[in-house]
Formats: sequence, structure tokens, C-alpha cells
Amino acid sequence: MSEKIKIAIAQGATCSGCDIAILDLDVELLKLFEVADLTFAPLATDVKLKDVEAMKDGEITICLYHGAVRNSENEHIAKLLRKKSVIMIAYGVCAAFGGIPGLANVTSLKKILDTVYEDTATTVNPEHTRPQTRYVSPEGHELELPELYEEVKTLDDVVDVDYIICACPPTREMNVKLLSVVLDFVNGKAGLPPKGTILASERTLCEECPREKPEKVIIDEIKRIDYTELDPEKCFLEQGILCFGPATRAGCDAKCILVNMPCRGCMGPTASVLDHGGSMLSALASILKVSSVESEVPEEEIEKLMEKIRDPLGTLYRFTLPKSLLKHVVKEQRTT
Amino acid sequence: MKDIFKPKIIVFCCNWCSYAGADLAGISRFQLKPYFRVIRTMCSARVDPEWILEAFRLGADGVIVAGCHPGDCHYIGGNYRTRRRMALLRSLLKQFGLNSQRLELAWISAGEAEKFASTINDFIERITEIGPSPYRTEKEAANV
Amino acid sequence: MTYPKLEDEKYKVKEKVIRIAPATRLEGHAQINVFLDDNGEVEDTYFQVVELRGFEEFCKGRPIEEMPRITTRLCGVCPWPHHLASSKALDMAYGVEPTSAAKKLRELGYCAHILHSHIAHIYALAVGPDFICGWAAEPAERNIVGVINVVGAEIGTKVLVARAHAELIQEIVGGKATHPIFGLPGGISQPLSKENRDKIAKMADGLIEFGKFTLQVVNDFILKNKTLVDVIVNKDLFYHETYYMGMVGKNNELNFYDGDIRIIDPAGKEFSRFGPENYLEDMAEHVVPWSYLKMPYLRKIGWQGFKDGPDSGIVRVAPLARLNVADRIPTPLAQDAAEEFFSILGGKPAHFTLAFHWARAIELMYAAERLKELIEDGEITSKDVRNIPTGKPTIGVGIVAAPRGTLIHHYECDDDGFIKKLNLLVASSINYPAMNLTMKKVAKAVIHNFEVSNGILNMLEMCFRAYDPCFSCSTHALPGQMPMEVNIFDKNRELIKSLKRGIPKQ
Repeated sequence: MSEKIKIAIAQGATCSGCDIAILDLDVELLKLFEVADLTFAPLATDVKLKDVEAMKDGEITICLYHGAVRNSENEHIAKLLRKKSVIMIAYGVCAAFGGIPGLANVTSLKKILDTVYEDTATTVNPEHTRPQTRYVSPEGHELELPELYEEVKTLDDVVDVDYIICACPPTREMNVKLLSVVLDFVNGKAGLPPKGTILASERTLCEECPREKPEKVIIDEIKRIDYTELDPEKCFLEQGILCFGPATRAGCDAKCILVNMPCRGCMGPTASVLDHGGSMLSALASILKVSSVESEVPEEEIEKLMEKIRDPLGTLYRFTLPKSLLKHVVKEQRTT
Repeated sequence: MKDIFKPKIIVFCCNWCSYAGADLAGISRFQLKPYFRVIRTMCSARVDPEWILEAFRLGADGVIVAGCHPGDCHYIGGNYRTRRRMALLRSLLKQFGLNSQRLELAWISAGEAEKFASTINDFIERITEIGPSPYRTEKEAANV
Repeated sequence: MTYPKLEDEKYKVKEKVIRIAPATRLEGHAQINVFLDDNGEVEDTYFQVVELRGFEEFCKGRPIEEMPRITTRLCGVCPWPHHLASSKALDMAYGVEPTSAAKKLRELGYCAHILHSHIAHIYALAVGPDFICGWAAEPAERNIVGVINVVGAEIGTKVLVARAHAELIQEIVGGKATHPIFGLPGGISQPLSKENRDKIAKMADGLIEFGKFTLQVVNDFILKNKTLVDVIVNKDLFYHETYYMGMVGKNNELNFYDGDIRIIDPAGKEFSRFGPENYLEDMAEHVVPWSYLKMPYLRKIGWQGFKDGPDSGIVRVAPLARLNVADRIPTPLAQDAAEEFFSILGGKPAHFTLAFHWARAIELMYAAERLKELIEDGEITSKDVRNIPTGKPTIGVGIVAAPRGTLIHHYECDDDGFIKKLNLLVASSINYPAMNLTMKKVAKAVIHNFEVSNGILNMLEMCFRAYDPCFSCSTHALPGQMPMEVNIFDKNRELIKSLKRGIPKQ
């Protein structure tokens, strides 16, 4: 092993938490830099797009792409890096499932445009100026901006993806594991995992959660985190606090649980479900307490009970909306 | 537009009550509009909300989940869970932008042939009036 | 090869447009456009931000109590300020005051966060590559790896370990370093155990030593280098006399977590002051057609275009601004460093843009000292970390001093506690007009006769890097499908025709 491999860290519609996650390898980075050169990685290096365009296909061994696909630039970079890379990894929940940027699929482009450039409290825009994909200034200067898409997509909607590393962001432990896989591969010690592998557990978070769980979890009453004292020992669901552990993949070391807050599903679903939100919906509804006089409870009361689960769309699909079955919100001709 | 719109309705029937009711409706020669398909499960509680979402994704205009009356479930408490799931699912579908009438929960016993027939026909009529599901329109536009 | 490398060979560009894409060693998606005239002199520059996601719209309909965990995803480099501004907005919305211990723990985790953020920026993003390797070093060298090669693995390890400790402290206190979770209206989710307090206390002294070390690095690698200092204090390059804005405590001392926002004019006199209840009197945002990011400015002055001085509404935030605005820093080592800072730079306010980097190192020192103060506070292990609210949430505004400047979260919710309207005024947006201003001036000063070099192009990027921008934060916005407005001007710059498509009528 004489020559270093090239690694790229490309960005879609990201918050850059995944870039920082890699930086969190701290001293392990030195091991990485012994075998790899960091090439295109806008947070950290000065490699420009034209440099990537000049590379040969497959010159980059591994590309970690984080962020969702929100506009034409995100897609262009995904396709460019796919061409130049041997291995493409959907890194972080946004690239894999859409993440928080995917929540934009709850609304429409027009509404967003109007809100941001007209309605927010500090915006002063009497001339109704809007950013444009092509703009020519009065002096004749031509400027372009990427086109924004109608809906947020995931990385595998636009390119072929080899592996997925989930969470928001991937933990240091996941990165250390990824690093050891890379080092073993570069040093000829081991082959690569099968294509499509997700670097996480196949079980749900409940397996990993350190809290004491009763034989059967039953929600007596649905409670809100803002008004409830949170018991640090008991299962959240048992306390009536919504926790998405049962529907969420394990592998994140239950960090949120350890600081006494319930899971919100950033590891995405396990492989055996079609739809993250749908599976959590079912789990939640199933463990609600059934009274002994249930057959006498009218339908309206059941509806009121289920309304206590606030904002199903934004909560059940917090991180996975673009990868859900329905993917985005629609508009009906008639709403009644 | 209304003449050429042929709704696609999926009806999940539980084995013990509503499917038997459906059978009886057939034997009793009730006239049913043909725009629906029945999927039989052992219990209405077996109906996974994900299947309903998948139905809409694939272009269904409406979904009916039919089970035993509360208190009569063959498995004692299955339909209690069903109605909780359906209530939550309906809120979710509303947030997705779908007309909440597109998902219906019906309690139909083994002897209620007429109820089965009227549930189906009324539902189809309502869906015909509301029009095709926007997810169906989108899917068909994409496939053109 | 001697470092830093500050000069390199020039070459001539054949076209009248220079485009640099993407902008690198910052957070977010941006690109630079430089337009030259027929003589190869710079006509204008445009620093475009090319990304948007839409938080100000898609957060509508979300439960207000979930906002601290949604808004952290505005930025993964600085999720803590968002989490804390959001938690503070919730405190106000629910009408509940956090307990004293809760405030201290929020501030404790926050100090660790500021340490991580400033360390990453100084060593990996800006000062390391541009001033230690040199702005004209080979692009392939101008990065964290290159820095480690110049300073050696021992110092490299020291930096990585210090930052690792800062990350660990954030995780202990807030659940996760990136995307903390512990904020609730009225406090936080969990007290600090004695065991964890001891764990953090062990790291506190090392972080103070690292603060001193960083100031030493600034001294040895920058202040002792005459060429670098000449560039820093050159008033024809990285220099603008603007308004400054920052958070100060009750006695106008520097404070990251709580206090008023104080605005001073270019001469250093207090111009205005605001808190969460009245920030709208002072702040407004302007829209340009060539960027997705809006341009905040001082409402009382108005948007006057890209110029500096007391008649322009452009205001600067972040470390240099905060040091200018505060009367003093409440911890000794940082205060000493600040006094030296102003004495070398010729008094307050300091207008030298590259001094942001030095100011950042001084803030790093303060964060380390403040962290130690807090971890030694007897109340830090108190079990009383939450006041549970009783009222319904209505309107809340939370303001914090983010590493990159003043950050404001403003939420309005309906009767059931779902967000119906929100406003996010983000630090890097506030510095965005100044970034453009800096770039226009520097480009005109260093590019002549079509001649550029790698180093010169990098110098243009240094114009934004001084501000340590975070454009994911700033561009919470999302316009989507482009409505079009075409304005046709004659050579006298008179508007002769205006065509619009898709632009809503007033």
C-alpha cells in the first residue's frame, strides 16, 4: 500500500453536522490521513468543482455525500461525484431518508416563497424582489442560482448508492467503525461489506435503551413533554411520553434517552418496514390502554384521544418524509 | 369528467364478520358498483396502516377498513386497536392534504349484507364526487 | 518551503468574469463572481449564497415544544445557539423562568460549544490554512492536513484533543454535541451528576491552557509576522467602519447566553439597545435578486446599499463586534488579551476585518475561563433544573450570542401550541452584507490588469472567512420555483420596461 486513496465529503441540502461528525474522529483522523487524501470537501479543503470535473472516473475511492437533494446543484454534485467515485455512501439521515430538510415536503414552494421574501417579521420588500435562477444586473453582470425543486429527494433518488450510514449525525462510534472498515480495505485485510449495507443494527432502539421496560408497555394517558416531569428510569412510553424507539433503528447508543429525552427517530426505520411514520403510528395506537368498557366508548371520543398525538405528519415523519410512501403533501380540489 | 372517472377503492375485510357480510351481500344479489377490490385479513387489526398508505401511493382513490362491531371481535380486542389506528391515520392523511373522507372505517357483522352494500355504494358515490386522489393523478401523469 | 506562503505567481485570465465555486472552508453553499471591465480592473463582485431549505415555512404547524430539537438542524456546526435561542423563546412563550441551575447548565454546555466552534474555525477552517500555511500555499495544502504538516503532529494532536474534550462536555450536558436535546421550557431535561461534574472539571484546566496556547499561536504565527500584520492593518484592504452589534450583560460585559443586544456606531458610541420584546424596532432584512440569502440591516438607518460608515445600515456581528461592543470581558485572562488587542490595534472600536480571527481566539479564552467558573459553581449539580410551565404558550423570542454573531428565534403559536408564524434572524445573515462589502473592496484593490493568482483568489475567499460564515443557518429560506422579473434599463440606467411572471400582486 503505497499510494493514498482519495476521499470526498460532498454536501447536499445539509446542516454540515455530518462534516463535524467526521471532524469528531479527532485523533483517529491522523490514522485516516496516513492512508487517505481528503479531496473535494468544501467545509475543509480548497478543491473546487472544476478540479473534480477534471478528475478521472473512479479516481475518488470513497465519497461521503450528506444532505438531501433539494435543488439542481445538489443533484449535479451527486451525479458528478458518483461518476468520479468508486463508492458512494449516503452519509447521515438527510442523504438516506431526507432528514429535517425533508420536512419541506409538508408545504408548497409558493408558500415558502411568499413567507420568506414577503411575510416574515423582519423582511422589508416593497418592490417584491425575488431571487432568480438567472439574473442580469443593470451593469450587465450575469448571475445564476440553482433551481429549487418542487420536492425534497434523497440521494438514492438521483444516483446509485452503495452504503448507508444513518443518524443525525452519525456518532463517533459509527465513524470509528467506518474508519476501521476503510483501513482494513485499504490495507488489503478485508473486502468491503455487501452493497446496500446499512452501518447500524437490525434491531430497534428499544433493544439498546438502558431503561427498565415492563413486560407489556401500556400507555395509560398521553402526556406532553412540556408539561410533564420526566422520570429518568422508566420507559418513556410507559410514562405516556411519545418515544419512537419501537419503530427506530438502533445503533445510536440511545444518546437522547441518556439525557432524559425521548427518541424522535433520527436513525430511520429498520429494514422490515415500508414506512417509518406508518409503523410508528401503528405501534403507538396499539399500546394505548384499552378500557374494560371499551365497546361503549363512542367513536368521537376515540378521535379526541388520538388528537392528543400532536402533529402526526411532522412528528412521525420528522426525519424520513421524502422516503415515506406518500413522500409529500398534496392539494385536493375539495377538502370537505 | 365525472363520467369517465372510475374510482379505485380498496376494501379490507376481516374474515369473521365483514367478509362474511360481503359474501352474504353477494349471495343476496345486492347491486354493487364494481369499483372496488376486497382484501381479506383475519382481523381488521391486521390491517397495517402502511398498507393503506401504500394503497394511496399506488393510486387508490379511497380505502375502507371493515371489521366486527366493537365488542364482537373474534379476537376480543382487535377492533379496538383498529379504530385507534384509523383515527390517527385519518388525522395524518388530512395533514398530507387528502380529503379525510377517503378513508372510512365500517363495522359490518356477518349478517349485515345490506349494510355492506350501502357502505360500498355510498362510499363510491362520495369518492366519485370528490374526484380522483391527487396521488393517483400525479402517478398517472408521471407514467404518461 | 517556508511557511506561511503569501505570494505566488500571477497569470492572466482571458475572460471578464471570474467564478469561484464552491466557496470553501466555510459552512454552507456559496460562490463568488468577479466581473472585470475592458482594462482588467474589477467592476463588481457578488458573493452568492446558493442554498435554501425552508425552515421559516415548514416549521409552521409543528408543536412549539418540539422546536428546540427541530431548529438545531438549521446548523450542525452551531446547533447549540439554535437550541438555546429556541429554548429561551419557549421560556418566554410559556411565561416560565428557568431555574438558576438550569441557566448555568445551559451556559456551561454552551461554553463548551463555543470552544469547539472557535477551535474548528481557527485551526481547520481559517487561521491554520490561510495564515499558518499561508494564503498563497498550494490549494492541496491549504487545509487541516496541511496545517498539521506545518505545525507537527504534536500540536495537531493537542488541537484535536482539546476539541474532543469540548465535544465530550457538550454531550455530557446536552445529550449530543451536534444537535443537543436537553432544552425544555423552564429549564432542561436532566441535572448534572456529581460523577459527570468531576469528569468535566478534569478537562476544564486543560481547556484554559489551550486557550492560552491559542493566544500564543496567534502571537507567534501572526502578530510576530510583519507581512501578515501589515495586511491586517492596511486600511485599503480589509477595513470598514461599520456599526457593531453584540450581546452584553447588565454591566455591558461580554455574555454569550443572556443579556441585551447593544449596537454601537462606527465611532464607538452606543446607538441603540434591544431585547427580545422589541428587536423588530432595530432589525430588518433586504432582498436581492442574486442570492437566496437576505441582507439584514439596521432599520433605523435603512438599507443604503453596499457601503460602510454611519449613514449605512450595514452592521457587523460576531467576535470583533462583540469585543467592540462590550465594555469589558468578565474573566481575567481574556480581559488581558482584549486590552492588548485594542492597544495594538489603536483603540475601540477596531475596524480591521482580519482582526475577527484574533478576536475569536480571545473569545475562546473567555469561553474556557467561564466554563471553569461554571463547573466550580456549587449549584451546578443541583437537582432543581426545571420549572414546569402552567400556562399556554403564545409568543416567544429568544436571543443568544452565537459564535458567528447575534441569533434571534421568534415564534408565534396558536391556541393549541402549534407554530403559526416564525422568524429567524441569523448571525451569518447579519454579516452577509459586510462580507460582500469586504469582497468588493479587496477585489478592487488586489486584481488589476486581468492578473490573478491562486493566492489572490484565495484572498477573495478570506473576505468571507474572517466572518466565519454559517450559511445553512442563514438560509432557512426556500423560494422554490422562480418567479421572474426582468427589468430593462437604457444606458442612462433608466428603467424602460419591466416584465413580470409569477410575482404576486401587492
